[in-house]
Amino acid sequence: MVERQSPLELAPLEPELRTGSHGDFEHGIDVILSETRPGSILQLAAWPGQEKKLISGIRTVTGLALPDGAGAGSTDGVRSVFGFAPGKFTVVDGAEGLASAFANVVTPAIGTVTDLSHGRTAIRIAGPKAEWVLAKLFAIDFALPAFPVGAGRSTMHHDVFAQIQRTGADQFDIYVFRSFARSFWKALCHASEEVGYEVQ
Amino acid sequence: MLITCPYCGPRDVIEFTYQGDGNRERPQPASQNLDAWNAYVYDRLNPAGDHNEIWQHSGGCRAHLKVVRNTLTHDISSVAFARGDHKAAARHKAEGKA
Ligand SMILES: [Zn+2]
Repeated sequence: MVERQSPLELAPLEPELRTGSHGDFEHGIDVILSETRPGSILQLAAWPGQEKKLISGIRTVTGLALPDGAGAGSTDGVRSVFGFAPGKFTVVDGAEGLASAFANVVTPAIGTVTDLSHGRTAIRIAGPKAEWVLAKLFAIDFALPAFPVGAGRSTMHHDVFAQIQRTGADQFDIYVFRSFARSFWKALCHASEEVGYEVQ
Repeated sequence: MLITCPYCGPRDVIEFTYQGDGNRERPQPASQNLDAWNAYVYDRLNPAGDHNEIWQHSGGCRAHLKVVRNTLTHDISSVAFARGDHKAAARHKAEGKA
């Protein structure tokens, strides 16, 4: 696979990803922002009636069991999976090459595997004010009972489509189109200023 | 106005795209019945009250939905997948609150 360049570090004169503390950090850092740069981001879709086979194929390849229900998911810290639409799942791996691992498991009779590794940018927000900051950007319920750990949501911010997975009690991974990653990152930084944030 | 997507739950109307009147029946593509085509293209019930509509959750799960919306109050009394085979995936019942 060709080597990837982060869209957040493309412009050498004005990189958007500036590590360090920003905003109102003198009163504490309440969120940490980072780009997770997974090696593989896949979209898997089952043909009608083939969803159970696809879910068992995901378990075979990733070792992750998908809980029942719309938008359910799970993560082990390296690999993550969540439903984002009926019969459709996002599967992420820190390592490259996940698509070829699925090649013999998700056969054409079961569904499709689409490799989006180069098309999405993964941004993580973590910390006690992560829910607070995201609630300013997205009109969905981020409270833990409504949005449990592992679950995923498809939504949008100002027409920029986003998939969000809760990967910890106070941690979310956001997948945005690569071409919108810089502007979304900027909006996320602005939204985080009032709580104090650190870029890692 | 909120639409409760059967997959995603209650979402703001800004996430949805209106796909037209849900009462229409499209003639077979080869049909030469001009009355049927005329009715499909032009005839609308235009009720003052409950109206069958097709919406797409374009800013979410992208599913097409059958929605019953009250044209006077924007009350949404029913939401279901336009394709009927995703019942197992449904998490949210239509709550009917606009
Ligand atoms: Zn939806």
